Amino acid sequence: MSQSVMFMIDGVQVEGRAGQSILEAAGEAGVYIPRLCYKEGLSPHGSCRVCTVMVNGRPMSACTSPISLGMIVENDSPRVAQLRRDLIEMLFVAGNHFCMFCEKSGDCELQALAYRFGITAPKYPYMFPKREVDASHPDIFIDRNRCILCGRCVRASKELDGKNVFQFVGRSAEKRIAVNGEALADTDAAVTDAAADACPVGAILKKGVGYVVPVGKREYDDKPIGSDIEAKRPAAGS
Amino acid sequence: MVSTSDAKRIVIEPVTRVEGHGKVTILLDEANRVQQARLHIVEFRGFERFIQGRPYWEVPVLVQRLCGICPVSHHLCAAKAVDRLVGGESLTPTAEKMRRLMHYGQFFQSHTLHFFHLCSPDLLFGFDSDPALRNVVGVIQKHPDLAKQAVMMRKFGQEVIKVTAGKKIHGTGAIPGGINKNLSIEERDALLNDMDQMLQWSRGALRIARDYTLQHLEEVRDFGSFESNHLSIVRADGALDIYDGGLRAIDADGNRIFDHVGNQAYLEQIAEEVKSWSYMKFPFIRSLGPEDGWYRVGPLARINTCDFIDTPEADGARKEFMALTEGKPNHITMAYHWARMIETLHAAEKIRDLLNDPDLQGEDLVVKGEKRREAVGIIEAPRGTLFHHYRINENDQVVMANLIVSTTSNNEPMNRAVRKVAEQHISGNAEITEGMLNHVEVAIRAYDPCLSCATHALGRMPLTVELVDHEGKVIDRRAKD
Repeated sequence: MSQSVMFMIDGVQVEGRAGQSILEAAGEAGVYIPRLCYKEGLSPHGSCRVCTVMVNGRPMSACTSPISLGMIVENDSPRVAQLRRDLIEMLFVAGNHFCMFCEKSGDCELQALAYRFGITAPKYPYMFPKREVDASHPDIFIDRNRCILCGRCVRASKELDGKNVFQFVGRSAEKRIAVNGEALADTDAAVTDAAADACPVGAILKKGVGYVVPVGKREYDDKPIGSDIEAKRPAAGS
Repeated sequence: MVSTSDAKRIVIEPVTRVEGHGKVTILLDEANRVQQARLHIVEFRGFERFIQGRPYWEVPVLVQRLCGICPVSHHLCAAKAVDRLVGGESLTPTAEKMRRLMHYGQFFQSHTLHFFHLCSPDLLFGFDSDPALRNVVGVIQKHPDLAKQAVMMRKFGQEVIKVTAGKKIHGTGAIPGGINKNLSIEERDALLNDMDQMLQWSRGALRIARDYTLQHLEEVRDFGSFESNHLSIVRADGALDIYDGGLRAIDADGNRIFDHVGNQAYLEQIAEEVKSWSYMKFPFIRSLGPEDGWYRVGPLARINTCDFIDTPEADGARKEFMALTEGKPNHITMAYHWARMIETLHAAEKIRDLLNDPDLQGEDLVVKGEKRREAVGIIEAPRGTLFHHYRINENDQVVMANLIVSTTSNNEPMNRAVRKVAEQHISGNAEITEGMLNHVEVAIRAYDPCLSCATHALGRMPLTVELVDHEGKVIDRRAKD
């Protein structure tokens, strides 16, 4: 049994276990901290910064920061919300995200976060980058227009599939996801790989699935992202 | 050909109360006689280009975005093509009936919108009436019951679309080889509650359109009218079928030019001509050539081409309609309205029948077979025959797309209607009034053109009409925002 660690989130005392990240401990206590690059079962990456919280007054990524005794975490506050909203808006304008025909719509974590934060249109100008698609694999389709460089595919392939199909190449605005070959068809990627299910947006898709789930039945059609975590929160006074 | 340098030029821009944006130019000689009249669709069209590279299963959801009025037509037409790409063209009964229900809902709402919201002001108040009244607000003020019907009928059609496609506009219902949902009992019962009212209002709307035509027969018989070929798909037994069938074309006397042509072979019968002054292409029947091979599509064409309608009330109305021309094709441009309301009643009857069909609660939604690399889908959209043609590569990406949209087929007929009405109502007049110009628009409106579908226009343009003398000097100008 790990050692109990008491800390505060938004003025509420939370009990976590030594070695847990703020994001994990908060989640077990029913406190949702927004995230994109974090995925349960994968090592934390700390790259999207959407899980940024104020720790003792300083911004830190909740997925990579371990809890400590007496730590004071600010999660649900206007200044943190504004920071996250800006980050999400920047992710939208940095890629080519056309939700209106994207098959991931309704199941997309980026779109769901935008809805949760009330983003109807980004305030930043669209960058309309030129991005490549890779349709070479018989079962998997890569659309880099929608990639947010979260690296979940990279980690899933390496840590869960025992492969090294995906990797980052380039820097800054030129940074992109590359595959271990000329095209995805040249790699040992398989549709059963964890990496094929790891993408939070519509950048890595299983071919031919499309819109099989009707509108109204999709993951985030009737409940905001994070609702499952918040449902764990003990009712007030219990 | 009269050049603009020695003629007066009138421009109507944009044409109002139609879907999308277009303009009309009328060239007059020095005696103000019409020398040339054209409907221009001068916006560019991008969909065929920018879907290249996209995966085929995305196409039915993507291409429907070229229209907000009848996206279901594009959604289903693309889906029919994509069905063939996945070898799933023999749909399950549940899938086909759900798609048909979606399409009848689409017809019901689109025809209602056109008749009541866009055209009824002309019919109720007169082509020359005060433009301040001659609009949908005027209809609400003077005929509140009709206006309410229009809203409620359109709403009903949209609800039908919502329960079949998932959303009222731009849904995702039709997927390769089938449909992604069936109809729940709750959804069915909610629609059945309003069904009798919808049938009753459809009968009333049909009466208005029929009575208008018959009471104004002398006026409308020649108004922008001309003999033409007609084209639509028909069911194997010759019935009106807006979802599936073979192509049938008839000439002005009703003789068959071709019949039951399979969808995949459309290019053997239909070709498209490009003209420098419009971004719309001009389709024509190959055997007749570009000069004589143009044809009309849409409600008038469908009622002319079909042998019968398989719902009793609409078929009774069709017989009455055809009796006016003693069984020969009806060429009266303004009769489009009457034909459109026959189809509205037909759609209501079909929706009623489908809602009572237990197949809609079936669970078998998708079929797939051997994949293909090329496919054509053809459907009757509210505005006429719609063609979607796609080729994909070995990686499932679209490499070629061609869409022949209903309004494109009606391009030449609309131009003829414009020319005829200009000759009838503008030619020889010293002053060009708003009412005269509205006559031109009335003729265009009869076709219910969707200019955004035809060329996918972007943006909004002000209306400017200029009368320019032979030296290029503007001598009269009318404009509105």
